[in-house]
Amino acid sequence: MTQAPEKFVGGGVPRKEDPALVTGRANWTDNIKLPGMLHAVFMRSPYAHAKITSIDVSAAKEQPGVVAVFTGEDLLDEYEKHPRENPAAVTGYDVSLHDRTQGHSVTGETDGADGQDSDEPRSFVSWIVHDELKIPHHDPLAHDEVNFAGEPVAVVVASDRYKAQDAIEFIEVDYEPMDVVTDLEEAMTEGSPLAHEGFGTNEAYTWDLATGDIDEAFSKADVTVKGHYLQPRLIPNAIETRGVVANPDPVNGGFTVYTSTQVPHITKAVLSSYLGVPEQKLRLVAPDVGGGFGSKLNVYAEEVIALVLARRMGVPIKWIEDRSENYLATIHGRGQVQDIEVAADSEGKILGMKVNLLADMGAYLHLNTAGIPLLGAFMYPGVYTFPAYSFECIGVYTNKTPTDAYRGAGRPEAAYAVERIMDALAAETGLDPAEVRRRNFYEPFDEPTDTPAGIQYDSGNYQLTLDRVLELADYEGLREEQRRRRESGDPVQLGIGFSTYTEICGLAPSQVLSALGAGGAGWEMAKVQMLASGNVEVITGTTPHGQGHVTSWSQIAADVLGVTPDDVEVLHGDTAIAPYGRDTYGSRSLPVGGVAVHLAAQKVVEKAKKIAAHMLEAAEDDIEFEGGTFSVTGSPDQNVTMTDVAGAAYMANNLPEGMQPVLSEEYFFDPPNFTFPFGAHICVTEVDTETGFVKIRDYFGVDDCGPIINPTIVDGQLHGGIAQGVAQALYEEAVYDEEGNLTTGSMVDYLIPGAPELPNYTLERTVTPSTSNEMGVKGVGEAGTIGAPPAVINSVVDALSPYGITHVDMPASPWKVWQAIQDAQGQEAGTRDADRSGRPAQAVDSTDTEGGSTS
Amino acid sequence: MRRIQMTVDGNAHVAEVEPRLLLLHHLRENLGIGGVHPGCNTTSCGACTVHIDGESVKSCTILAVQADGHEITTVRGITENGVWHPMQQAFHEAHGLQCGYCTPGMIMASISLLKENPDATEQEIREGLEGNLCRCTGYENIVKAVQLVQQHEDEMAQHAAS
Repeated sequence: MTQAPEKFVGGGVPRKEDPALVTGRANWTDNIKLPGMLHAVFMRSPYAHAKITSIDVSAAKEQPGVVAVFTGEDLLDEYEKHPRENPAAVTGYDVSLHDRTQGHSVTGETDGADGQDSDEPRSFVSWIVHDELKIPHHDPLAHDEVNFAGEPVAVVVASDRYKAQDAIEFIEVDYEPMDVVTDLEEAMTEGSPLAHEGFGTNEAYTWDLATGDIDEAFSKADVTVKGHYLQPRLIPNAIETRGVVANPDPVNGGFTVYTSTQVPHITKAVLSSYLGVPEQKLRLVAPDVGGGFGSKLNVYAEEVIALVLARRMGVPIKWIEDRSENYLATIHGRGQVQDIEVAADSEGKILGMKVNLLADMGAYLHLNTAGIPLLGAFMYPGVYTFPAYSFECIGVYTNKTPTDAYRGAGRPEAAYAVERIMDALAAETGLDPAEVRRRNFYEPFDEPTDTPAGIQYDSGNYQLTLDRVLELADYEGLREEQRRRRESGDPVQLGIGFSTYTEICGLAPSQVLSALGAGGAGWEMAKVQMLASGNVEVITGTTPHGQGHVTSWSQIAADVLGVTPDDVEVLHGDTAIAPYGRDTYGSRSLPVGGVAVHLAAQKVVEKAKKIAAHMLEAAEDDIEFEGGTFSVTGSPDQNVTMTDVAGAAYMANNLPEGMQPVLSEEYFFDPPNFTFPFGAHICVTEVDTETGFVKIRDYFGVDDCGPIINPTIVDGQLHGGIAQGVAQALYEEAVYDEEGNLTTGSMVDYLIPGAPELPNYTLERTVTPSTSNEMGVKGVGEAGTIGAPPAVINSVVDALSPYGITHVDMPASPWKVWQAIQDAQGQEAGTRDADRSGRPAQAVDSTDTEGGSTS
Repeated sequence: MRRIQMTVDGNAHVAEVEPRLLLLHHLRENLGIGGVHPGCNTTSCGACTVHIDGESVKSCTILAVQADGHEITTVRGITENGVWHPMQQAFHEAHGLQCGYCTPGMIMASISLLKENPDATEQEIREGLEGNLCRCTGYENIVKAVQLVQQHEDEMAQHAAS
């Protein structure tokens, strides 16, 4: 190892992850080949809602290469004959699921011998947001009813994937189609088709929160503004699809499951519970994982089935998701209808805010489906302080792919609604959008501060980021250019859009998780061990899939231990190496897991210091540690290096009385509070009023995520986050037809932006340390995705405001923008309908636009 | 089954394949080249991009039998004697990758792009990489990586001329 006088935290240390990735030598799940391995392919329902009246797999079983075919019915005893491992102990939920089941598809048979009541719904749900939450029974393979198109109904196991896929064609399934509900607002009307008829309603739950006197706020308001906003459903689209390999271990009677996941530890707990495989017999490995964005923060039917098949057939089973399956069977994100109303005085100061949501659950509850809107509930007040707030969310079942966490998970929705309504408030009060925001900011604060939503923000200085982004963007110059373009009737109008956001990160204090119905276990673990050579292993419970933890955790440990990042190896993603861990999501890895690394390394130094004192025959209080060397205060020549101490600790032949050998320390960090990164973004768009085409000319962001470990990685996270936010604002939407078919079911139909569609990003940072952890770090993984959508839409609406246009829903496609202009100018509806697919035939006459028109 | 032969990363391979087998799957499953990544199997994402006789092709777009007699280069074949190709180095230096799953395809497409248009402008680079999707980086650092290689080659050319 190297004595390292310099510090590495804060420097752009090149990523240690890259060599394997740029040379094509990473270990993806689909690269795993095991002797005797068979391949599983799923048959999926073409119907969004139907009874399964019969399934005949006999012909499929006769196909070449086919080893077995199973229906849902065939596998029922796999879940029922094995006593379920104590789910409360595994997942932390202290509430019985028993009373909640009112769904349609409860299995009829009981197996009293195992002490289980088969009325209890099997489900992947882990966030019980409400005592009255209705939980649909969710078997991995549907056997009596399907509730969304793409739900698996049978599985073929064959010697290769092509043959398994061929055999699918020979399975005969008879369906009896049922009425389908896809639209959220329709789902809540009387007489709507029901996604789960047994519930008698599509309402999964209602959750509310209120502080202050909201009625008083609205009664004394000088101005009120209202918004009705749609959050399109989004498809996460990790470029590596999901995949799993389940391998039986005949020696210990257990299993190793390799799966492309963000959450190997949670997956282990859920699979163990679901299938009755004792935890200690199950090893979960997340190999290299090609992106997640929340979509791999889950446990899926295919993972359960792979393990079931490995147990039943005694051979390794592999399943790799197709892209079309990824669109149908991996969770979607967003999907909300938002109503927001703000009361303010004549100076633009907010008095109160009301938010009502309909949140699309899709057909089933996955791990966090029901809880995603709650992550937003606390964030609608954003960076603004005011006395009264009320929030209500209704979770709604539809016959569509289940929703769950997609990058940002609840917070982009909140940031969008509040930042859109702030622009509406600016328009109503005649204030500049920057000024109306500034008037409602908190004063800068560096200790926990109460918010209208009843939580405490850790620290904030919103003025600083706003001031800086105004300078960075040359705001005055932009307004001047905008005025010139408006006056000259330029067909390409300039839009300037703001977003001053904050987000809730660092998931999560265990007690808060418990209070919200999400069980608990929000901590993260790190183990730092000095080997006999003086080199270092860091074991982390976080599971990176692009975020660069190997590099960043090396920097953190190196600085504390006085070594270089190259002396440090970071081990992760394998429950045999890191038995404890709570994985990677919710911008938690650094502010919880990275902090745990820091604290564990400090424990190593504390112990090393005792050994050094012993070796130097000095008092411990007289020992200084700097740059990898322990020395006696005032006598720098009397010193030992960390390498010396690590060797001595390992040899253990001259340790202080009673001290255990080796330098190996663990830390379990349970944060006292969340972290709240924030920032100010300005998006500059050029909107072609003749074609409706929106071009992002510039994107400015000043973000504050506390102290930075690696600026290169932080910038990368912001780039990618903003890109996904822009994608939501301008391009992406999962669209269903009335029968519940996903009509954007491929990468051709669902517009993931490519390089030409996205801008460069001009970024700066401020540093306001968090009070929630010793390092002051806040997390940055989701910031861009949260900040960007309102900045983009505010910019588009700003460009179009001379037309009297006050809103354009996401995604602001050329057609939607063009149509908004047509509507504003009082064009006949027929004009729109005639030209939806092609270029607009009728351009706006720019001379008509001066002074705007009404919508 | 059809008998085919092709050179992959400098090694000759002969195989009996089904006519319907995609080149992507032949490279991965029969030849064990895990650095060619499936992303969509429908020519949309570009993760599986390789070079066939020096031109970039999405290996899920063609059948293995169509590559019969041709020379294939994958990301595994562009490193020479352990020294990375300048494009690999540039992706590392410019932080042009995060999860790294699109990266081999992106690198192969970028090499091909500069071969066809060494002086590509930023806009031409962006348009040239349109067929390769990345979900992590927002593309800015990928574009910068390609520009780094352009700068590097300019410097090499100047060095050679002086």
